[in-house]
Amino acid sequence: MLKLLHKYQEKLVGHGLCEPGKPLVGGVNDTVIWNRPDPLTAELEAIIAALNINSIIFARPTEPFFSILNYHCRRSDAELVPEDTETRTFLHSIPVARSMAAAEIVPLLRKRKGCVVEGHGVIAFGTVSPEQAFVVFSSIIFSAFVKFFVDYAYARHAGVADMAAAEILPDVLAAYDRFLPAEADADLESGAFTEEDDILRAMARAGQATVDARMVDSFFGNISYFAGDTVYISQTGSSLDELEGCIDACPIDNSASTGITASSELVAHRDIYLAGDSRAILHGHPKFSVIMSMLCFEAACENRGKCHIKCDKQRFVADVPVIPGEVGTGPRGLSNTLPPAVHGRRGAIVYGHGVFTVGKKDFRDAFASLSAIEALCRQTYMRIIAGPVQD
Amino acid sequence: MHGWSGKILTVNLTERTTAELILPAEVYQRNIGGKGLCGELLFDHFRYVWDDPRLPLAFMTGPLNNTSSPTSGRMTVMSRSPLTGAVCDASVGGRLGTVLKRAGYDGILVTGRSGDWCGLTINESGVALQSAGHLAGFAISDLHARLTTAPGMQSGAHAMVGPAAENGVRYAAIVFDGHYFAGRGGLGLVMAEKRLKFISVSGTLKTDVFDRNELKLAREEIYRLVAASPVLTGDLGLTNYGTGALYDLMRSRRMMPTNNFRQTYFEPAPSMNAYAYKKRYATKKFGCAGCHILCKKVGERGEIIPEFETMSHFSALVGNADLDAVVAANRVCNETGMDTISAAVALATYAEITGLQMTPEVLLKMLEDIACGRNDGALLGQGALRYARESGRPEVAMVSKGLEFPAYDPRGAYGMALAYATSTRGGCHLRAYPVAHEILRKPVATDRFSLSGKARIIKISEDMNAVVDSLTACKFLFFAASLEEYAKALQGVTGMRTSAQELLKAGERIYYRERIMNARNGFTAADDDIPARFFRESGSSSESLRIDPINRSEFLRERAAYYRIRGLDDQGLPTQEKCRELDLPC
Repeated sequence: MLKLLHKYQEKLVGHGLCEPGKPLVGGVNDTVIWNRPDPLTAELEAIIAALNINSIIFARPTEPFFSILNYHCRRSDAELVPEDTETRTFLHSIPVARSMAAAEIVPLLRKRKGCVVEGHGVIAFGTVSPEQAFVVFSSIIFSAFVKFFVDYAYARHAGVADMAAAEILPDVLAAYDRFLPAEADADLESGAFTEEDDILRAMARAGQATVDARMVDSFFGNISYFAGDTVYISQTGSSLDELEGCIDACPIDNSASTGITASSELVAHRDIYLAGDSRAILHGHPKFSVIMSMLCFEAACENRGKCHIKCDKQRFVADVPVIPGEVGTGPRGLSNTLPPAVHGRRGAIVYGHGVFTVGKKDFRDAFASLSAIEALCRQTYMRIIAGPVQD
Repeated sequence: MHGWSGKILTVNLTERTTAELILPAEVYQRNIGGKGLCGELLFDHFRYVWDDPRLPLAFMTGPLNNTSSPTSGRMTVMSRSPLTGAVCDASVGGRLGTVLKRAGYDGILVTGRSGDWCGLTINESGVALQSAGHLAGFAISDLHARLTTAPGMQSGAHAMVGPAAENGVRYAAIVFDGHYFAGRGGLGLVMAEKRLKFISVSGTLKTDVFDRNELKLAREEIYRLVAASPVLTGDLGLTNYGTGALYDLMRSRRMMPTNNFRQTYFEPAPSMNAYAYKKRYATKKFGCAGCHILCKKVGERGEIIPEFETMSHFSALVGNADLDAVVAANRVCNETGMDTISAAVALATYAEITGLQMTPEVLLKMLEDIACGRNDGALLGQGALRYARESGRPEVAMVSKGLEFPAYDPRGAYGMALAYATSTRGGCHLRAYPVAHEILRKPVATDRFSLSGKARIIKISEDMNAVVDSLTACKFLFFAASLEEYAKALQGVTGMRTSAQELLKAGERIYYRERIMNARNGFTAADDDIPARFFRESGSSSESLRIDPINRSEFLRERAAYYRIRGLDDQGLPTQEKCRELDLPC
C-alpha cells in the first residue's frame, strides 16, 4: 500500500499538478497510513472515518490551477458545474468547501468523489485504489481550467466585463507556460511496424511523449496501432505513460474477446483504420483544443446546451473539424461521429473532450499533429480574447 | 410512499391463508428493498433448518422496479440454503420483479408447507392458491408454456421449480420466466419442500415516482456511463457476446478453472469462446425487463446460449472440448431447474475421484442422473462436498461453506480468494466481485497478484453489492455506473434524500446482519476459508506468467484485517459494539 501512496504522490508532482513534498496521500485498510506526516492528517482521518473509502488525496495544486480553483470558489455558492466531458460523464459536479473541517467536507464527499476547498486545495478519494483519487484530482483541475477559459471568452463575447478573471489572466497564462514543457517534441520511432514487440514499444514511447508534453493527464487518452488484421490498443483506464502490459491485441473480426478490457474507443479506432490508410491513432486531452471546441458564438442556436450530442453545424478550427460525440458506442457515441470526421484529415476535435490524430505509418505525424492542433487552438483562443468586448 | 407500494403479501401454505403485511416507511428506507427487506423479514426465523415449514422463503422487489430506472427489472429471493445451511439469496432477472410491483406488492413472504403441490396466482381478481399436482414432472419449458397460457396470464410473469427440485437436488433453482435463474444454493429445493410449484403474477398498476425529472437526469447519467463502458457495450462486451465475453479473458489471464481446479489453462478454449457460439448458433440477444444491455443470447433455432460460468465449467472444469455438449448440458440444467455451477463442480469432483473421463455422453447422462436422483447422481445432487466426504476425499471439493466455486480461479486474482472466503453465501463470486478491478480494470485496475489492501476493498464491495441487490439493480451496470448515480435515481423515485456513502452505510448494515444470521447457525472463521489446494498447488504457468499458490500467511493476515474492518472478532463473529453501532440485535 505504501508503495502505491508514493507512486501517486510522485505522479502528482511529476505531472506538474503539485509541488514536491506537498501531496498528502492516505491509504486505508484496517489502519490508515500516509505517505508523509502532516498536521492535517488528523482532520483527514476524521473524514476517512466517516466514509467507506480506501484512499484519499489532499493537495494544494500548482499555479495556475490553484488560482483558477480559488477564482471559481469565490464565484460559486456550493459547486462548480463545468460542461466538459470529464465532468459530464464522471464528476457530474465539483462541490466547494470553505474550510478543511471534516464536518463541512464529509457531507460533500458523501455525494461526490472529490471537492475543492477554497484557499486550501483539492480533496479526492478512492474506494479501490489511490489511483481513483488521483484521477479525480487531476480531472477536477482539468475541468476547472477549461471552465475558466471558456467562461472568460463567453463573458467577453457577451459584453460582460469579468474583472476578476481579467485580473488574474496574465499570471494564469504565464504560470501555464511554466507548467508546459519547454518543447513539445518527441523522438519517436519511424514505421511501419509489423512485429508485435516493435508495435508495443512504439506505442509506449508515443504514450509517454504525449503525457510528457502535457497533452493528456495520465489515465485519460488512448492510443492504437493497426497491423495485419489486428488493432493494438491501450486498455480502458490505462495510463499513457504506463502502457507496459496494458495494450490489448484485438482482431478486427472480433474472433476473440480478450480485448473486452480495451479502450472504450476501440470501435472508433477500428473504423478509422478500415475506412482509410492510417496505421496509428493518438488521442489526448490538450486543454486549449478542448476549450476551443466548447466555444461557439452561433446566435440563438436551438442545440445550445446539447452541443456535445446534437451539434449539426460544420465547425472547424482552421482545417480541423470539431464534432459532437459522447464517449463510447451509444447512438450519439464517438464510434459513429469520429471515423467520418477524421477521414482524409490529420485529426478531429471532439466537443468538450479531446483530440484524435492519425499517423500514416507511425506515431511521428500523429504526435506532431496533436501538438500543432493544440498550438493552433491556443493561438486562436488568444486572438478571440484579444478582440474588442462585444456590446 | 413513492417507489414502494407499501404492501408485502404473506402466504402461509400450511394454513392456506394469505394476508398483507404493512411495514413502516422507515423499515423500507433503512433496508431499501430486495436483499435488505429479505434480511429484515427473515432475521428472526433464521434458526429454522431449510425443511422446517416455519422457515420463510422471501421474494422481494426494490423501489426501482417498475420505473424507468436502468436495469430495474430484477428482484431478490432469500432463504436458508439446503446445500450450505448459510444465508442464501439470489438476485434474479426476468420480469417478475416488475410485474409484482404492477400487481401492487413489494414482495411475497412464503411460510408453511402445502399438503400437495400448489401454485400461487396473483392478478387483478386477487390472490389464490390452486392445485398444481398435475404439473409435477414437467420440464421447465413445458411448465412455463402452460403457465403463460393460463387465463389472464399471457402477459404475466412466473417463477417455478422443475424436476431437480422435486427430486431433492440441493442446488435446485427457482426459474423465472423460463430462462432466469435464482440459481445458487438450492432455493428451488426450499420452494419444492413447501410444495409450491409456481408463482404466477400479472398486474397493471404504475409505481409512483417522486420526481420524474430527477430520475430522468439520473438515467441519462447512467446511460452515458454504460455507453462509455467497453465491458458492457463495447464491440467485445456483454451486449454483443453476453457474459461469455469473459471466457477469452480468463484463459489469457490463466485463471480458467480446469479439471476441477487442478489446472488454470484449457488448451481448446479458443475454439469454444463466445465468438465460436455466435458463429455456430447465429445468436441474437435478449434480456431482463428494464435493461438495454440485453446480455442473454439465444441461437436462431431457440438454443439458449450458456452464460460464462456455464461455458467455462462445462468445458474446462470437466475437461470437455465439445461445444455442442456444453449447450446440451446447459439445456439439461435449464430444463430440470438446477444450478450449472454446482452441477459442474460436483461432476468435476466425481471425475477427479473416480478418474472417469467426462465425454459428452457421460456428461449429459450424469446430469440427467443428478436431476432425477438416480445412480451416483443421487449423491452428486447433494453437492460436491457431501459427495467428496462420502468418498473419503473432502479436500477434493472446491467449495467454501459448502457452495461450489464459479469460474474464477483465485490463484489468478487474489482478492477473489478473500471474497470467496468471506462471502456470507459461500463460494460465490458476486458478493464482492473483485474480478471487476483485478481483471476488468473497473473502476480502476488493482494488482491481481497481491492481497495487500484487499480486505477493505472486499468489505466496501460487499456493502456496495448489498445495496445493488436491495435497489434491485444489476451488478453488471456497476462496471460503469456507481452508487453516486443510483443514489440520484433512488432519490428521484422515492423522494428519500440519500447519497452514495449513505447507501454504503445501509449496505454495511444489510451485510452485517447476514454475518449475524450465519453466526447464529454456527458459522465461524473456520468456514471463512478456501480449499487447501489453492495454497499448496500452482496453477498453469506460462513462460511469461507464473500462477503460484496463494501465500497462506498473507491470506490469513488479510482475513484478520477484514474482520477488524468489518467489526467482527478474531473468530469472524459479530461484536456487541458493532451491533450497537448498526442498531442490530447481536
